[in-house]
Amino acid sequence: MSSETTTKTPEAAEVPPPGAATPKSRVPQGHRRLLTRRDRITLGLMAGVPTILHIALVWVTALASIALAFTTWDGIGFDSIKWVGLQNFKELFEQNPQFWPALEHNVVWFVVLIAIPTPLGLFLAVQLDKKIRFSRVYQTAFFLPVVLSMAVIGFVWQLVYNPDTGLINSIIGANEPGKYIDWIGDPDLNLWAVLVAASWRHTGYMMILYLAGLKGVDPSLREASSLDGANEWQTFKNVIFPTLRPTNTIVLVVTIIEALRAFDLVFVFNKGAEGTELLSILVTNNIIGESSRIGYGSAIAVVLLVISLVVIIPYLISTFRKERRA
Amino acid sequence: MSTTVMTKVRTPVRPARVLLHLFLAGAALAWLAPLLWAMYSAMRPYAETSEKGYVSWPDKLSFDNFTNAFTQSDMGHYFVNTLIIAVPAVLVTLFLSSMVAFYVSRFDFRLNLALLLVFTAGNLLPQQVIITPLYRMYLLIDLPGITMSGKLYDSALGLVLIHIAFQSGFCAFVLANYMRSLPHELTEAALVDGASVWRMYWQIVLPLCRPAMAALGTLLSIWIYNDFFWALVLISTGENMPITSALNNLTGAYFTDPNLVAAGALLTAIPTLIVYFVLQRQFVSGLTLGANKG
Repeated sequence: MSSETTTKTPEAAEVPPPGAATPKSRVPQGHRRLLTRRDRITLGLMAGVPTILHIALVWVTALASIALAFTTWDGIGFDSIKWVGLQNFKELFEQNPQFWPALEHNVVWFVVLIAIPTPLGLFLAVQLDKKIRFSRVYQTAFFLPVVLSMAVIGFVWQLVYNPDTGLINSIIGANEPGKYIDWIGDPDLNLWAVLVAASWRHTGYMMILYLAGLKGVDPSLREASSLDGANEWQTFKNVIFPTLRPTNTIVLVVTIIEALRAFDLVFVFNKGAEGTELLSILVTNNIIGESSRIGYGSAIAVVLLVISLVVIIPYLISTFRKERRA
Repeated sequence: MSTTVMTKVRTPVRPARVLLHLFLAGAALAWLAPLLWAMYSAMRPYAETSEKGYVSWPDKLSFDNFTNAFTQSDMGHYFVNTLIIAVPAVLVTLFLSSMVAFYVSRFDFRLNLALLLVFTAGNLLPQQVIITPLYRMYLLIDLPGITMSGKLYDSALGLVLIHIAFQSGFCAFVLANYMRSLPHELTEAALVDGASVWRMYWQIVLPLCRPAMAALGTLLSIWIYNDFFWALVLISTGENMPITSALNNLTGAYFTDPNLVAAGALLTAIPTLIVYFVLQRQFVSGLTLGANKG
């Protein structure tokens, strides 16, 4: 992803390639003997090299975040690492004026994304699934923001929100003294302003996921439903929506992860200044900002990690259960 | 555009449909508005907009801001930087993740589920979870003579590595599912005939995965091109930045001229848009590859 953070959704893809029959048997035990020593080494390398790279850069660092969260370290030489127990967390929860607002904004981010662009994306998907004319044109328009870099989206929306020269204030005449509205700087407004931009992008993403889900709905279900005299809304509510369950799971996971990952847009928009602090911004400010406190930054990252794992672990367990049953 | 000639198979115009089209067209326009606005701003000279205001009829529309943004900020150089990072990252990610996928989908070693779990979960983590130790690690790794900076930090190599490590999780997962659906007889026959494991992967399985590889390749190219965060933290010299993070610096330098910033942002978006329009099908199928329940 993305930091171009487009969250991705691994799920049991069951899109069989053309001409695929799927017997579920694996190489039986007896065939093991057919593997020469060279084959075993080849296999070891094929799986080993990517795994080592992935684990070294992603998991070792994640574990290091956990370990460092309980220490202070100036980054110069390993002997200056000092164990401080829960001090970083204590300071974070009790003294950091930005921590609770940041956590709250991450929650608000999720709530807004799931409440507005997600249903809107579903609505658009249902409409565009009707094989109407110009469907492709509409789809492209809604999907375009998903393709763009979050950083570019940040710049584009800055042009809309700029208090002096932006589109909104120019139209409503709020760029004059006395009527001035500062969409980017005002801590009561800027989070909502940036959430409009985030929702703008999220809608298209959700639309595409739901369109894919709708393609998997058996057309005979729809026919049966309309033969029974159900109207469009009843058909959707009682027949179509229940079959979208797997898609809804993915949508939920994607949306939570997007809300936890949100960074680029806010950083470009106003550097995560007052009003738009997020956990990701706090972690990053600890590296590229004024004060680089490794242990403290890691403690914030651990909070982010714990929240993420609460979502990731159940999701993966259910996904892989399905896999094994398949 | 109504024609007076009525064709026989003309569905009657239903008011509901007309309403729906009106709604969709309106919404689509609203969705494009911010981009159209950026385009409009970028095509007007700064002097004119500062005099007449931004919401005004144009006297002169031109691409001057685009050429200025491109030449003044040496954008070409940053595009090249992005290429140097994105091309190897996409190719190596596909290569490595297809090998892992081959291993877990064709050979029933006990590890494979755990392996796939590790990869997939790793890919779902927010990047900020790992950035602090990663940044320190990059600063500690000396590569004298290998990278310009003499470290992994502030080098294209460092960015390529993290992109590979981070993205291979998703790709391994999708490809493993794809390979599982290929008939097993294919490789079993080869195995009995004494073909090597490498040949099985390289000559039998990989060619069959072309559609999935194309979809993932498209997706990866766009994601890696669009990356902002890794480069922001792991690159310090402006010269070494890829285009998206370079844009951030440029806007810092030209923030007094929104028209120029608009042009720069649109220029940055162009390659992504080209890839998307050319490979739209692959991109969308890549995005939904995981979400499809056939």
